[in-house]
Parts: sequence; C-alpha cells; structure tokens
Amino acid sequence: MIWLTWRQARTQTLVAMAALAAVAVALLVTGLNLAHLYDSSGIAGCTANCDSFRETFLNDADGGFTGIVYHLAIVLMYVVPPVIGVFWGAPLIARELESGTYRLVWNQSVTRTRWLAAKLLGIGLVGVAVTGLLSLAVSWSAAPVDRVSLNRLDPNVFASRGVVPLGYAAFAFVLGVVAGMLIRRTVPAMAVTLAVVAAAQILMPTVIRGHLIPPTHKTVALDAQHLKGFGISEQGQRMEVRGAYSDPGAWLMDVTTVRPDGTDFTGPANQEACNRDTSPKNCMDWLATLNLRQSVTYHPASDFWPLQWVEGGLFAGLAALMALFCFWWVRRRLA
Amino acid sequence: MTAVLEAVGLTKRYGRRRALSDCTLSLPAGRVVGLVGPNGAGKTTLLHLACGLLKPTSGTVAVLGSAPASGPDQLARVGFVAQDTPTYPGLSIEDHLRFGAHLNPRWDNALARRRVDSLGLDPAQRAGKLSGGQRAQLALTLAIAKRPDLLILDEPVASLDPLARRDFLRALMEFVAEHGASVVLSSHLVTDLERVCDYLVVLASSRVQVDGDVDELLATHHRLVGARRDADDLPAGQTLLEASHTDRQSTLVVRGDSPTDDPSWEVEPLNLEDLVLSYMSLAANAGRTPVLEASR
Repeated sequence: MIWLTWRQARTQTLVAMAALAAVAVALLVTGLNLAHLYDSSGIAGCTANCDSFRETFLNDADGGFTGIVYHLAIVLMYVVPPVIGVFWGAPLIARELESGTYRLVWNQSVTRTRWLAAKLLGIGLVGVAVTGLLSLAVSWSAAPVDRVSLNRLDPNVFASRGVVPLGYAAFAFVLGVVAGMLIRRTVPAMAVTLAVVAAAQILMPTVIRGHLIPPTHKTVALDAQHLKGFGISEQGQRMEVRGAYSDPGAWLMDVTTVRPDGTDFTGPANQEACNRDTSPKNCMDWLATLNLRQSVTYHPASDFWPLQWVEGGLFAGLAALMALFCFWWVRRRLA
Repeated sequence: MTAVLEAVGLTKRYGRRRALSDCTLSLPAGRVVGLVGPNGAGKTTLLHLACGLLKPTSGTVAVLGSAPASGPDQLARVGFVAQDTPTYPGLSIEDHLRFGAHLNPRWDNALARRRVDSLGLDPAQRAGKLSGGQRAQLALTLAIAKRPDLLILDEPVASLDPLARRDFLRALMEFVAEHGASVVLSSHLVTDLERVCDYLVVLASSRVQVDGDVDELLATHHRLVGARRDADDLPAGQTLLEASHTDRQSTLVVRGDSPTDDPSWEVEPLNLEDLVLSYMSLAANAGRTPVLEASR
C-alpha cells in the first residue's frame, strides 16, 4: 500500500520538494544577509542610542531582495496550509470516488482501513513535514528581524512562525480529505476546504487566539509623564486619551482609560480647559489632575510559545479527530 | 457442493428507492454464473454487496463462507472487475502490475506478464491511453492475477465492440479452464452470457425472478402454441409466465417439470433469450398490475 501511495503522490511530492529547495535557497541567502546586517548594525553591543541603531537595521532589512523575501516568507506560511488542504487533501479520496477507481483499489487484498491509513498518514506526514521544514527555515531566516522588531505576536506574523503552521497544515489536509469523502467530488471539495481554512485563518487572530490562554491585565497610571495625547469630539462630550504605555513585544488586545473608581472614562471634557481656543497643554494639565489610569489587556512577549503550542495543538487535535472520523466513515458509511 | 454466494433476504435501499429487494440466492461453486436483467434491475447493487463495496440495508450475504471484504484474506479470495473497468489513467500498465503485486499476497506475476505480452500491450503505456477493450483486459488481468477463488465481473463487456467482447470472454474462459475458479458476471444482454454461462440468475425490478442451471432452465421452460383460449386454461403442472393471443391462437410461455402431453398444444423449446425476456416482462407487468386495478 505504501508503494501505491508513493506512486500516486510521486509527482506532487517531487514538485513540493523542488519548491521547498528553491525557497530554502532564497531563505538561506536572506537569513545570512540579515545576520550580517544585524552583526554590523551595532545593536548587540550598543549602550546608547540603541533605538536609532534598531531603526537603521529594520530599514536596511526591509529593502531590496532581503525585504521582499522576508515579507513573501510570511505570506508563504499562510498560503502553504490551504494549498496542502486543497491540492493534497481534497483530491486524496474524492478523486478515487469520482473516477470510480475506489472499486479497483478496495478489491485488492488490503482492507480499506489500511488503504486509508497509508494515504492519510503517508501524504499527511509529508505535508506536515514540508510545512515544518519551511517554518523552521522561515523562523531561522527572520530571526534577526524578530529579535529587533519584537513583533512575533503580531497577528500578521504569529502564524508564520514556530509550530502553528504545522497544526494548520495537518488541519487543512485532513479537512480536505473529509470534505472529499463527504462531497465525493474533487472541485467542490477543494472549494469547501479553501473556504474553511481561510475562515479559520481569519477567525483565529481576530476572535479566538487572544483567549486561548488568559491574557494579562495591568493598570498603569496616566499621570503627567504618561499622558501622550487626546482626541475630543465636536461638543466635547466624548474624549479619548492616549497614554505612553508601551511593552515591547507584547500583543495589546485592549487599552481602556478608567477613572480612579474603576469606571470607564470617555469624557466629557472640561469646557474651560479644553476648548478650541485653549492650548492642548491646558487640557493635558486638566487630564493629569483626574488621576486617570489605563487598564491594559495584553499578551506579553513571553506568551509567544505558550500560544504557539496551544494554537498548534488545537489544530493538530482537530486534525486527529477528523482523521478518526475518516476511518469510521470509510468503514461504516462510505459504501 | 458449498455455495460461493449465499444471500438471505438481502435488501439495499437508497433513501426510499429499493435497489435490491429481499434477495435470497445460493450460487453453487465451480460454475460460471450469469446475472442478467435490464438496466437498473439491481445487478450492480447485488455484485457490490457481494464484494463488500456496499453494506446491505437488511438481510445477509456470505461469499465463500464469510462476510464480504471482512479482511485481507477474504479480499484476496474474491476478484472484482467493476463496471466500466476503472484503472488509474495516470499510471502505466507496469505500475498497475506492480501495485497488484504489492497489494495481493497470492499475486501470480508470471500470469500477469504473460497476459500483458499476449495482448500485445506496451507495459510503459499509461492506462488512460488504452482503448476500452485494452482497459477491460488490463482490469481483468489485475483481477485474475490475484488468483481469486471467485471472480465477480460487473457488465465487463457492455462497452466493448464485438471483437473486444469475444476476446475478453475468451480470456475469461481460459482463466476458468486453467484455474477452476467460480465466476459471477452480469450483463443486460443474454447473448453475451449464453456462450459462457452454465448457471443463470434473472434479476428484474430489484428482485430475483428465477435462478438455476442453464440446461435445467431450458428443460423446464416451454412455449405452448394452440387454438385461442383463456390463459387460465393451463395444462396441469405448468406455471404461466407470459401469454399472448391473436384472434385464433394463444401462445403461452410456461414453466413445468415436464412438457405437457395435451395434444391440443404444440410444444416448442424456448431459447435462453426468450426465457429471460419472459421473466423480465413478467416482472414489468407485476409492477404495473396494481395501477390497472386502481384505475378500473
């Protein structure tokens, strides 16, 4: 069964390997280049003016071939799992059902369970391995930038690093297989797979990820030093206060301005201190007298790996459940 | 002699549609069994149930004494050539033989190679480029090289031209002669089966209409021609299958252990095709009768 699985998947595997090799070369060049830029930027040994060194480095890293590869690598990590689901997962069973070849292969001296196991585990593991190697290469290549910009928790970057892409790849692949089994036609199964994986990729950062592990809450004072600015509505009824709070590497989910008694502060503004004719300084001074605080909900940089393992594990778990369903279905219902 | 296929009350429903109703059947071993019936009669359903591609809604079926597709051993003992003889279009003939060898412990490689040679096929050719006849031969090669005790073929020659049809059936009979396997093959044309079958099952309207040894069936079915009379007026010991009347003459197709000796009937032998047609029209009429009664 392994031979047949390999023979049927030979072309796609070789194409994937060739693509992986090409991408790996680009990432290697970029990674060495970024490492060199980092070493020569002076960030490592800096004692003063570090921020400007950082800025110079990030500007240099963002330019030319290096910058293009850095950004494309992030895009690639989002594209690979749906591609595996759509082009490897969905046709895996659907094509056999559609073309009728299941009637040939299910009458060889191999049970359907073994047939499915070889296909699901064989191709699935190749897909996850390809994604894993890519993730490793991308994470290594982008490490100098990650170290300086500290944005690995950024929703755009998070799922292109670490173990999360592997979970997505496994999920997308098995989802494709399930869709193909239930729909029994390749092209609709591909469409459904793409839609569901894309939905998961959008829902995770916008709705779900922040709550996978409990976020940290913190209240910081909004005194004269920390006040950074404010916005005010036409009539002065509503007010928005910006603080100087920053936590490098953290993913800020929610920042609310609260009064000393804990209620939300949204205005109104003091008409005397904050009107069109007074200087903003007057208004800031007035704000400073209110003893406002900022209530911050966030994931600190140290939540990166816990979040990675939980999200990766969540999708790996979903993939495992769907795989069990596949085995049940192929034995009980697909007849 | 044990049965190669033993079905009891076998029923398969798709939603509300019955594809096979209450089929009870015992097919003897060592025979070439023809399964004949019109399109949509349930032939494919019955054969798919027999090789485990389908599960019955109710009833049981045992093939070579065990449940179909119950394990690798059972799968190894039953060969199946599906309708339209599916093969992998992207794989070469060589690839097909290799996967056959990998997936079947009883694989007879010499037999497979010999057959591909004698068919004049190029092993490097992709199955997708083969003609219908060549593809059918490849599918048959895969099925017989696994050396099954029972070979099931679903309308194997339906899409073949007469020459390919003859070659295919000849190849099938060679295999039977050499290895003594039992065969069940289906067709909607009796003429395809006539030359190769020695046991016949007529399936129509999702039910088994009749089954038996071909010679026995021919010996017990006759056409009676005589002066016009009521269809009820049958000679003793005969069951009426089909009656047709002209102004002066009645023609009955009957089943009975021996032909009648009533001199007012002229007894004619029935060929296999007429016999099958009689059962098919019997089944078709049985389905229609209640409608007529309701409209009266």
